[in-house]
Amino acid sequence: MSIDKSEVEKIAWLTRLAIDKEDIANYCNELTDIVNLMEQMNSVDTTDIAPLAHPINLFSRLRIDKVTETDQRENFQENTVETKDGYYLVPKVID
Amino acid sequence: MNKPTEWETVIGLEIHAQLATKSKIFSGASTIYGAKPNTQACAVDLGLPGVLPVINEQAILMAIKFGLAIGAEIPERSVFARKNYFYPDLPKGYQISQFELPIVSNGLIEIVIENKKKKIIKITRAHLEEDAGKSNHDQFNGCTGIDLNRAGNPLLEIVSEPDMNNAKEAISYLKKIHSLVRYLEICDGNMQEGSFRCDANVSVKPTQQKELGTRTEIKNLNSFKFIEAAINHEVERQINLIESGKIVTQETRLYDANKNETRSMRSKEEANDYRYFPDPDLLPVLITEEIKKIVRELIPELPDAKRMRYQNELGLSEYDSDNLTANPDIANYFETTMVANGDAKMCANWIMGDLSASLNKENINIKNSPVTAKMLGDMINLIKDKTISGKIAKIVFEAMWNKEGEAISIIENKDLKQVTDLSEIENLIDVIIAENTIQVKQYKNCPADKKQKFISFFIGQIMKKSKGKANPIQANELLKEKLNG
Amino acid sequence: MYKSTLVQLSTALESKKISSEELIRLYIERCNKHNNSLNCFITITEEEALKKARQADKKRASGDYNLLTGIPIAQKDIFCTSGTKTTCGSKMLDNFIAPYDATLIKKMNNAGLIMLGKTNMDEFAMGSSNETSFYGPVKNPWDESRVPGGSSGGSASAVAARLSPAATGTDTGGSIRQPSSFCGITGLKPTYGRVSRYGMVAFASSLDQGGPMTQTAEDAALIMNIIAGFDEHDSTSTEKPTDNYTEKLNNSIKGLKIGLPKQYFDENLDNNVAEVIENGLKELEKLGAKCVDVELPHTELSIPAYYVVAPAECSSNLSRYDGVRFGHRCKEPKDLSDLYCRSRQEGFGKEVKRRIMTGTYVLSAGYYDAYYIKAQKIRQIISNDFKNVFKNVDIIAGPTTTGVAFKLNEKLNDPISMYLSDLYTVSVNLAGLPAISVPSGFINKLPVGMQLIGNYFQESLLMNVAHQYQKVTDWHQKIPQAYE
Repeated sequence: MSIDKSEVEKIAWLTRLAIDKEDIANYCNELTDIVNLMEQMNSVDTTDIAPLAHPINLFSRLRIDKVTETDQRENFQENTVETKDGYYLVPKVID
Repeated sequence: MNKPTEWETVIGLEIHAQLATKSKIFSGASTIYGAKPNTQACAVDLGLPGVLPVINEQAILMAIKFGLAIGAEIPERSVFARKNYFYPDLPKGYQISQFELPIVSNGLIEIVIENKKKKIIKITRAHLEEDAGKSNHDQFNGCTGIDLNRAGNPLLEIVSEPDMNNAKEAISYLKKIHSLVRYLEICDGNMQEGSFRCDANVSVKPTQQKELGTRTEIKNLNSFKFIEAAINHEVERQINLIESGKIVTQETRLYDANKNETRSMRSKEEANDYRYFPDPDLLPVLITEEIKKIVRELIPELPDAKRMRYQNELGLSEYDSDNLTANPDIANYFETTMVANGDAKMCANWIMGDLSASLNKENINIKNSPVTAKMLGDMINLIKDKTISGKIAKIVFEAMWNKEGEAISIIENKDLKQVTDLSEIENLIDVIIAENTIQVKQYKNCPADKKQKFISFFIGQIMKKSKGKANPIQANELLKEKLNG
Repeated sequence: MYKSTLVQLSTALESKKISSEELIRLYIERCNKHNNSLNCFITITEEEALKKARQADKKRASGDYNLLTGIPIAQKDIFCTSGTKTTCGSKMLDNFIAPYDATLIKKMNNAGLIMLGKTNMDEFAMGSSNETSFYGPVKNPWDESRVPGGSSGGSASAVAARLSPAATGTDTGGSIRQPSSFCGITGLKPTYGRVSRYGMVAFASSLDQGGPMTQTAEDAALIMNIIAGFDEHDSTSTEKPTDNYTEKLNNSIKGLKIGLPKQYFDENLDNNVAEVIENGLKELEKLGAKCVDVELPHTELSIPAYYVVAPAECSSNLSRYDGVRFGHRCKEPKDLSDLYCRSRQEGFGKEVKRRIMTGTYVLSAGYYDAYYIKAQKIRQIISNDFKNVFKNVDIIAGPTTTGVAFKLNEKLNDPISMYLSDLYTVSVNLAGLPAISVPSGFINKLPVGMQLIGNYFQESLLMNVAHQYQKVTDWHQKIPQAYE
């Protein structure tokens, strides 16, 4: 299994990561190595095994439907670079 | 010459119903509509580093209620998954939704189509998910403003099979679901505020062809009128494309109500790969038979059952039953009105007549009607016991509408009580006979089949003189006695 | 005084041998003096700590105090602390000041512990050497040319050099135990769900667990008494009642059955480390424990399974860093995509990007079943292996790491060999079990830790065994010479 340039570019775009051209080859090699490490899993037959998503085999506790939060916009937006009139700003989105 | 192709339309709908919870699906922030931007977006809604979601019990119960009402399967184990994509109104870069093991699957609903025929629409699944925020593209020069108040609102996404074959069927289905969620009190159904929205998957194919054509998804549909128009427009567009030798591309299209057209959404066009996987911050939800039993008992009489009961037990017409049951607020109003007097037909007439006209005129929801169901019911009772006539009742209704009080006090204050004292009516008739000697003579001389015209005239005069208060039946009898005697 | 454990400091404060203010000054002084060389703190909260120390002294004077009121502690910079920046070792959060306290922080504050500062760590806890931090590598106080381990390397280094009497860490694949082993301190990774994750910046949600990094097991028990327990803000935290973790420390371990997995003592293990662990086991046998051989046959597969699950979850968890609401935002983005792609490129370091890419890949269409589901199945198998072993033994023992602390830069550019060094720790996270690393000896003046793995919610037993061991050994009391 090897991961090529187009695959690296596709993954980078899916996760919105800019990658410098000179780094692509490096990513191809590293990801190929990592994927080959993962391939070791194929040494075990898992046909009848149920996937385990969570170490604790429990069910979720549910929350009572109650409003517990108050307005903290100002506090939260102290960490924000660009806001206006309470909105978070991003470059114009075209639908 | 070849016969022109006959086209068949295939429509599937995805409805997003916002569940009527007080707080969000995974946080304790309020869901009230219309707050100032980002004042109802708490740390969890914003996806701040370190925060974690906790499931709102009420959202689960509401989804179960819906599932039970459409006879669907509700698995014992339901799982939340992350749908990963980047968009500014999606704070975490993923939406918590359900993929495998949704809370509701394989339900059914019956709709009425052309010629009163019935049709079953299959509901593939209904799953819980969190809503995204809203983008404001207009107010910020060169920028888009993001308001995350809506982010985290609980949604039930109801996905139908592609079982509908024209826009009318789609609307019939939508209205049915709209009515159902309101009856179940799990969604306020407010389409202007976006509490009930819909995406339509539309394709066309030649009638005899088995496999479905390429579909497009139309987004941004928030009124029944627009949905119908958008589907019709899209069907026409697709047929035109194919007939002119082009092909339909699978894509997302946005409906523009101003231009009545759909256009391609470029931003959604790129192949999405949502990378669904079970949300590791949440454990599966357990839904026991016990819980289902409790929820089942909370389900009220549903519109179909109600409609049948109105027809079979209350003797109302199909038309009246349909109208009274379309909306739970109307049905509740009707049933409360009935409690006071037991006369279904009269209540139906008043509600669909004067009340509905007044509500429409002032654009008031029946729940907020100045004439409450109890007030109207009591007034109808006063018609029935002959305290007032149907005609006087209209005056009383108007006064009640103008908040002048309850029927009984209005009748008292305005002196509108029907005159049922025979001697008083007799006196009135004597006066009328004396004042209209010519008509009396004409009455006496005319043939039997013309006499009714004069009776009506005299009654009219009597009512005028009594300001409508004379009991018309008594007046009628006495008048005939006097004229003929 | 700086050599004191939490228990000793508590006694000193109680007997008024020292005030909290004096104590905090002493440690702050040590921090300021040594942080330049060790780089174990990202932030030292000197003023705030002194302010709190004065309050603590008042509280003690008034009689309104707890066992640990006025005692300093270092917090890993992964826990959100309102008013103090929480960087997670990343440029992405270089300026981030959390608007709230993590549950663990809240509990420690309520208990009267005083934060000395925020400790350095691998960026977003991704790393086994502390070299991936945006704030530079942390040095191992036993040999400054070596790594302290990771990701909680700052905490381990700080406690080892006694710049703080105790610290917190988080453990996703060994991030408490491995640096504890490399630095010669005691580190407990509790059962998944035992300590709230609320306010702990997420790396891999189904694996992450916070816990104490201390000099002794007894101190770890004191910290567990504070931080363990259900939290309504964390759906994965358990409602199971907590133990009194100090209560059973002095129980005899006579008759304790210890399982020794063959796979933890095979050719992957450094011979010298093996010898240290065997000596440690002999001590336990002297105390009455019995050792038996057991099998954890899929141990080697825990590495590939872990390096699928952890990156998959991290790729999703780190999507929130998009430059919009908090965190690094690139200058003059030309459009939305540019804002996303460049903010993330500039804000994240190399290893974080590598894992985000890996995780995105294993979840993407066409690979999900082959990698992600496959890994979850392996996870099931590994979890079952442990369940089977715990049918016959009380605890499992073995090395924490395959070797001693490696040299700085030795593995930095070889991610696979870095990943393989987690061989004995990651399966515990996959299964969600508790485990503790206890100082057990030295090889060429470098500490070696013994790992004890317990069944679910058996933290008390683990600390009991470790405490009994520490009563008959003194490895945990050794301090690197330069910091004496």
